[in-house]
Amino acid sequence: MTGEALAFWGLAVILVGSALAVVLTKNLFHAVLWLALALTGTAGVFLLLDAEFLAAVQLLLYAGGIVTIVVFAIVVTERLVGERISQTSRRIAAGAIVAAGILAAVVSAVMERPLALERPPMESDLTQIIGETVMTRFVLPFELLAVLMLAGLMGAIYFARPDD
Amino acid sequence: MGLQAYLILAAVVFCIGLFGVITRRNTIGILLGIELMLNSVNINLVAFARYSGDVTGMVFTVFTICITVTEAALGLAIVILLFRVRRTVTADHLDLLKG
Repeated sequence: MTGEALAFWGLAVILVGSALAVVLTKNLFHAVLWLALALTGTAGVFLLLDAEFLAAVQLLLYAGGIVTIVVFAIVVTERLVGERISQTSRRIAAGAIVAAGILAAVVSAVMERPLALERPPMESDLTQIIGETVMTRFVLPFELLAVLMLAGLMGAIYFARPDD
Repeated sequence: MGLQAYLILAAVVFCIGLFGVITRRNTIGILLGIELMLNSVNINLVAFARYSGDVTGMVFTVFTICITVTEAALGLAIVILLFRVRRTVTADHLDLLKG
């Protein structure tokens, strides 16, 4: 077993285990902490795929940003409602059937395609190439993304503003 | 490890997230499931980019990560607003549009 396979299986176990904990644990606050672990595991998968820049972005934006926002939202709604942050699930059988059906469909489609086993060599500094591609070929989507984020964050502030 | 292993891992995480979206009753819990689903798609994009030797997939991953963060901020703002108006974050109680 090579080092890469060992790292992959370790990360896969962490990722699937913490993802299951996110959807199954009763305490909502614990679910957010498990989500942080799952997002960190995904950053590890990105590292395994030679995308160091994306792993850093994943840690900063996802594991840092989203987890902070979610914890903030839980604290706000918890403080106002004044009850335990436990949560229940419903329609577990239906959810399991739908999820398993889609999983079976996707896995069978993946298995019957001839997919690449070897990685083609890429240039060593992927971060530089990503930056150059964003600023040249994808500069229009990049600028649109800036507008989208501005609009989204202004909308979020507008929604969450205190009543006056 | 081939491309298939990464695709199947992403599919498993996606379906776990879908299960969470279907079964959770708390609106914040549903948003956590959506985060898992979006996250698994990023694994697919990066894996395809690496195994095809084309950096475009990684650029798109940067875009999807940014859009997901915006979506999370907006979604949680809506949850806080809903809570302020209806005093609940349980999805079953938010049935104002039910005929």
